[in-house]
Amino acid sequence: MKNIFKLALCAGVASLVSTAAMAAGMTVGFSQIGSESGWRAAETSVTKQEAEKRGITLKFADAQQKQENQIKAIRGFIAQGVDAILVAPVVATGWEEVLGEAKEANIPVVLLDRGVEASQDLYLTSVASDQVKEGHVAGDWLVKTVGDKPCKVVELQGTVGSTPAINRKKGFEEAIAGHSNITIARSQTGDFTRAKGKEVMEGFLKAENGGKDICAMYAHNDDMAVGGIQAIKDAGLKPGKDILVVSIDAVPDIFAAMAAGEANATVELTPNMAGPAFDALEAFKKDGKQPEKFIITESKLFTPADNPQGEYEARKGLGY
Amino acid sequence: MKAQSLSSFFSHQVIALAGVLLINWMVFPGFFDVTWKDGRLFGSLIDVINRGAPVAILAIGMTPIIATRGVDLSVGAVMAVAGAVAATFTVAGHPLVVTLAAALAVAIACGLWNGLLIAFLGIQPFVATLVLMVAGRGLAQLITEGSIVTFSDPALIFIGTGSLLGLPMPAVIALLLMVGAHFFVRRTAMGLFIEAIGTNRSAATYTGLRSRSLILAIYAFGGLCAGIAGVIAAADIRGADANNAGLWLELDAILAVVIGGTSLLGGRFSIPLSVLGAVIIQAMNTGILVSGFPPEFNLIVKAGVIMIILILQSARLGEIAGAIRSLKPFGRKMP
Repeated sequence: MKNIFKLALCAGVASLVSTAAMAAGMTVGFSQIGSESGWRAAETSVTKQEAEKRGITLKFADAQQKQENQIKAIRGFIAQGVDAILVAPVVATGWEEVLGEAKEANIPVVLLDRGVEASQDLYLTSVASDQVKEGHVAGDWLVKTVGDKPCKVVELQGTVGSTPAINRKKGFEEAIAGHSNITIARSQTGDFTRAKGKEVMEGFLKAENGGKDICAMYAHNDDMAVGGIQAIKDAGLKPGKDILVVSIDAVPDIFAAMAAGEANATVELTPNMAGPAFDALEAFKKDGKQPEKFIITESKLFTPADNPQGEYEARKGLGY
Repeated sequence: MKAQSLSSFFSHQVIALAGVLLINWMVFPGFFDVTWKDGRLFGSLIDVINRGAPVAILAIGMTPIIATRGVDLSVGAVMAVAGAVAATFTVAGHPLVVTLAAALAVAIACGLWNGLLIAFLGIQPFVATLVLMVAGRGLAQLITEGSIVTFSDPALIFIGTGSLLGLPMPAVIALLLMVGAHFFVRRTAMGLFIEAIGTNRSAATYTGLRSRSLILAIYAFGGLCAGIAGVIAAADIRGADANNAGLWLELDAILAVVIGGTSLLGGRFSIPLSVLGAVIIQAMNTGILVSGFPPEFNLIVKAGVIMIILILQSARLGEIAGAIRSLKPFGRKMP
């Protein structure tokens, strides 16, 4: 009898120990879209770093741009009995069933970077950036920098009709609204690529009196800005001085340009979506605290005053 | 007889180009302004030949392929592969000659692979080259590990951004390649062989043509051209962008060849007219950029202009026009 009691006690203690260990070291499954862009690759490596820092065991699944692979991965995570699941959903629709299965298994799901069209009680929270705000921060920087001098801006848009292009345009326009000295003279799509950014900027430079009439270039992403900077140099002007350069994303190469004095500002789209997600998960696991449904990451402004060379060194290994 | 029909074709493309340039001039009066800046010519017209060069080079390689009733969908992906190889080699510290040799050798190997599948295994060109179109981009991403590999070797960058006698390097390369390829096919029997295979491959083979080896060589040349275009594209932005380099350019190259009057059913072809087709496409692109139209109209404008050009070229339309012309005197007699 006594022995049995001891045994039960032991088992109780053991189970207590194991729950404590679980809280310290969760196992989290991460279904990533793929590695279609440098930013996506950086998000993957930062997520792995964040997990390691916190002692979280990360199970990683690359969906190679296919929703069916993501659904398979999530079902796999549920079967393995992970403590939580992170998903960067490749498309917005078709998630009800698999998210319902995770909910039934009492596994909290956190959405990274993109949203889904499904009932909000199917996931714990979503971590994403505010793209309108990114454009707004870029616009605010320009308003502050040019003061009340007249300023003709040329805009290199992202892919026509894509959500980031629409939102980053909208935010920038909101920020410069009410400052009649700042006008968007030209706006064309550079498809988020360097080659197209360069080609479009070449056209703009010809169309605006060899570039002499242009005061600033606003690019919806850094890659197009890097291409645009080359076009400005080819036209015999100094990017960063003759033409101000402001863009969004904060990839390593824009910091290299900034260190060379050829770019003036960039707004960060942080690849660290997992940090806030893990924070929310840890708080939820510890005392059941419900996080906010939409966690918005910071849209931080970087200028040459923020040690661009150091930022370049810190970021270049992340897979951008 | 043949020269006459060619010259009538030539006029189609020249009229189309003149029309596009005229529209560009109307929407942007400074379109024809060319100035001298930092030892090179500078202006929208120069942009047209500079930006049009990669597609022109692809079109030079695509023309013999289409003339043999084939098609190469993989040239855009091969561009990405060649750019990726060039970038990684130059970053690893290899001299320019080695870098270029490696990039072009890989591109030729890609072309040989296509040719092997088509000429020796009898796979349809559309399907055979589709394989490399998908796999090639993956290969390029593998080489660059998914990121943009940037480089700063001035000799390599010169190929994409330098200038010779004031003309941009890519345009000079395209011009030399065009003249070389044109004289090679027209001053030897090669052009005739290609047209013979395109018109009737079995008949050509029975007359003693080694059509398999010839098709293999033609696809290898297409790969080489794609490789040159890929190196130029990478050198232009000082980096190999595996995801975007050459994306959809195979379609522009095919379109350039078609605008140049080569039929997708094979047979008669002209390399200079294909290059002119590429210049027409780029004149349109550059015109849109300087026009100030909102980007939502880009594709509609492009599609509209191309439709007009192709309708003007259609043989049936020529017949109808001829019929109307022959009706006219008849109509005058009966008021």
